[in-house]
Amino acid sequence: MGPQPYVERYVVQGGVFDAIGEASTQLKSVLKMLGIPSDITRRATVVAYEAEMNLVIHAGGGEITASVFPDRLELFVRDEGPGIPDIPLAMKEGYSTATDEIREMGFGAGMGLPNMKRNSDSLDVRSEVGKGTSLFAVIRFPSDPVQQPVKEG
Amino acid sequence: MKLVDVVRFTNAEILYGEELIGAIDVEYAYGSDLMSDVLAFARPGSLLLTGLTNVQIMRTAQMLDIPAVVFVRGKRPQDAAIALASQVKIPVILSRLSMFETCGILYREGLLPCSIPDREV
Repeated sequence: MGPQPYVERYVVQGGVFDAIGEASTQLKSVLKMLGIPSDITRRATVVAYEAEMNLVIHAGGGEITASVFPDRLELFVRDEGPGIPDIPLAMKEGYSTATDEIREMGFGAGMGLPNMKRNSDSLDVRSEVGKGTSLFAVIRFPSDPVQQPVKEG
Repeated sequence: MKLVDVVRFTNAEILYGEELIGAIDVEYAYGSDLMSDVLAFARPGSLLLTGLTNVQIMRTAQMLDIPAVVFVRGKRPQDAAIALASQVKIPVILSRLSMFETCGILYREGLLPCSIPDREV
């Protein structure tokens, strides 16, 4: 058994476009508070933000769980939405099923999953049409001990 | 480039953060009307230029540690966006010029572009 992670859980409501980003913003402040290096925090919040957009826009809501371990951060996102019929296609830049209304708000560029992949060290997406989607992303902390506190004296 | 010079070169208006802009320097800029493109390509810490006016553009800026946002084409950000900007202390600037012209002027004056990585499309 490894050490117990620090866990944050966010429930994201579907269809509430104005709220997109609220959960990820909260996650960002928590990670900052925990002293996670800023580039790791940024990557993690980009992954969470893209996931949050998908939950609101496509999935009718869902849940984001962030677990902080000493050497990594894990994000688990799940929903009971319509599912993704073709994951490799959805992973392609520019592929989007968003409506014009969504696009006018600046979303739906078809960069969501590719952005999540780019900002994670590993990304696993599983989906069943009609049942939902789950996504598991890992972001590793740098192996050199940059965030070790400096001892004075 | 100092943020005050960004305002001066583009003859822009400061909608929020008058007292903050004197202390801010930017080296790179990214212009886009697509939220995810900003997340994909804007270098952290670069100036963001956009025509999107909703609150999410400020959340996007916040996530990428963007020091200031320039709204182009005279598009005024929504009240919620300004409210969030003041909460997180990100200056908001309004340029009446087009995206092309605003970016063109800032490029001419020395702001650098964010590089777009080669990738499989």
